[in-house]
Amino acid sequence: MPDVTWLGLTWDQLLFIFRGAGWTLVLSLLGFLGGTLVGLPLALARAKRKGGAGSWLLRHGAGAYVALVQGVPLPVIMFVVYFGVSIGGFEVPALAAAGLAMTLWSGAYLGEIWRGCIQAVPRTQWEAAECLALSPLQRFVHVILPQALRIAVPPTVGFLVQIVKNTSYSVVIGFFDLTYSAKVINNATYKPFQVFTIAALIYFAICYPMSVMSRRFEARMRRA
Amino acid sequence: MSYEFDFAFLDEYGPELLRGVWLTLGMTAASVLPGFLLGTLCAVGRLYGPPWVRRVAIVYVEAIRNTPLVIQVFWLFFGLAVLQVRIGAFPAAVLALVINVGAYTAEIMRAGFESIPKGQVEAASCLALTRSQVIWGVQLPQAVERVYPALVSQFVLMMLATSIMSQISAEELTGVAYQIQAFTFRGFEVYLVIAGIYVALAAALRLVLLGCATVAFPRRRRLGTPL
Amino acid sequence: MDATLIADAPAAATDRETMVRFEDVRKAFGTVEVLRGISLEVHRGDVTVLIGRSGSGKSTALRCINGLETINGGRLTVCGRKLHEPGVDLRALRQEVGIVFQSYNLFPHLTAAQNVMLAPRKVKRIGIREARELAREVLAQVGLADKAEAYPEQLSGGQQQRVAIARSLAMHPRLILFDEVTSALDPELTGEVLRVIERLAQGGMTMVLVTHEMGFARSVADQLVFMHQGTVWEAGSGDILRDPQTPELRQFVGNGL
Repeated sequence: MPDVTWLGLTWDQLLFIFRGAGWTLVLSLLGFLGGTLVGLPLALARAKRKGGAGSWLLRHGAGAYVALVQGVPLPVIMFVVYFGVSIGGFEVPALAAAGLAMTLWSGAYLGEIWRGCIQAVPRTQWEAAECLALSPLQRFVHVILPQALRIAVPPTVGFLVQIVKNTSYSVVIGFFDLTYSAKVINNATYKPFQVFTIAALIYFAICYPMSVMSRRFEARMRRA
Repeated sequence: MSYEFDFAFLDEYGPELLRGVWLTLGMTAASVLPGFLLGTLCAVGRLYGPPWVRRVAIVYVEAIRNTPLVIQVFWLFFGLAVLQVRIGAFPAAVLALVINVGAYTAEIMRAGFESIPKGQVEAASCLALTRSQVIWGVQLPQAVERVYPALVSQFVLMMLATSIMSQISAEELTGVAYQIQAFTFRGFEVYLVIAGIYVALAAALRLVLLGCATVAFPRRRRLGTPL
Repeated sequence: MDATLIADAPAAATDRETMVRFEDVRKAFGTVEVLRGISLEVHRGDVTVLIGRSGSGKSTALRCINGLETINGGRLTVCGRKLHEPGVDLRALRQEVGIVFQSYNLFPHLTAAQNVMLAPRKVKRIGIREARELAREVLAQVGLADKAEAYPEQLSGGQQQRVAIARSLAMHPRLILFDEVTSALDPELTGEVLRVIERLAQGGMTMVLVTHEMGFARSVADQLVFMHQGTVWEAGSGDILRDPQTPELRQFVGNGL
């Protein structure tokens, strides 16, 4: 006789769901860190205005990558990565496959967001920095980057919400996250409203504060 | 490491894939217009409705935008099953998509309404138009035109999101892919092909929706100005 | 100029119907008093021109007439409707009182003809055939018969403003308000708009204008009102510009001409 506690679920079942929530956070973090590693070079490659043939190739290569990833559903990316790494004969944990898929996916979107931020810094700032005889790298690090970072905060926080929500797609390759654990408990209890409401509330509790923060940052920036 | 790519499954499972594409497109087509209408009603309700309508609209938009689609789909699909409501996977998927995309559309449309200069509303009301004539006749057409590119992106994203519907056994493209890989053990190749199909579908949908713009906005057609 | 004939005619004949009557009207935005008790009458067929510095309250006074601003004190009667009493039917009022704005405010998604037809179709519910005829008529009145199918962004500022005037005329108003309608225009486009207004005046349309065009004000006005610090400082015929009674108007005229 299980001790029924809240909304008809036992403590063990609740705990199970919360363990899944923990892994959702882990995967989100992985996705954001990996996405940063991929997205930053993408943004730099695409934001570059002039340069030789090498930078042309870089810019359009990066552009093609972004366009490609943005045309593929994340669940399909999950599958491609999942089956892709296993054909090499590797037996990878679902976390690695999901993390890699999140990285590839969020990298493309973050790259696009940050490119916009870099390009939002007025052209005259580049020119002014050039007139001060700063090297191209110095121009970027000391003049452009600090301004671009400020612009980047609201959309980046906003995209964190997307990352957290979209980790739920890892359910397709069987990664144990909040969605997966909720599904398991639902199969066991057959109480979909209770179980998925709890899962939704946990997602909401993670995402909503970030949504609000993103909006606040944006409003503050618009005032400034 | 050497791996022999094998795309032989394409011959055998071509018709299956086509059926998957068809279902994916069907779900998308069925969801676009209701989703747009729901979102627009929500935006108008939130901006100009009585306080209780505003509150309902805000709760709806925030609840949907801050939880994953998969959870919404599960909640709806398994919930309906418990309530003994059997509407089938396809209608359930469409219902979930409409509810989901409606919330995002609401925010896009709200931004569109808010971007219209106050003078437009003032001028319209000075011509003795009623409040609702101003909203639907003067503000809405301009708002849609202003945010149309964002709406197109949102509906392309929605098309991509249909890929989760095999989770409730609506056998769209991704669901078909799953079955094919289970028979052929060629998961990597199958999903590479599927990814390519989605890229093509996304591009096609974008083109079609942008094509709709030239029909919907005669001004654009005449002036040849891009959106 | 023909209009001087009208300006020299005796102003404010009392036997004509009073279209607008301000009686000690007050209006404040927060703690800022914009109108400090103005009294003023506009008679049918008259052209009343409000002049004054920016911030003198002239635009606010104008906007009170069709209910864009609600007054805080005094009495304001427009076309027999008491705007100082609660429950005024603004839509009914606005079918009788047209307004043209400084920034034209044409609907960018509609052609010139559609801009003109919108209100007659939706408010007065006239048929499409009749509406087209009406659009042709009023667009011809402002000299833009050939621009019926043009979108606002295809028109010059002066043409847009003339379409805005036509849009107002299409409702057959008893009174039209003009709120600095040439202030956003290049000098070379101002003339074409002023000529349209002049023609309307000659046709006997009752009008209230706020303008910075002093020469035009003097020539077209039956009643010229100089507003200063939220009050009617000096009023009379167009001649008050030639012979100002107050140092404020003298200074204003000195700067303005």
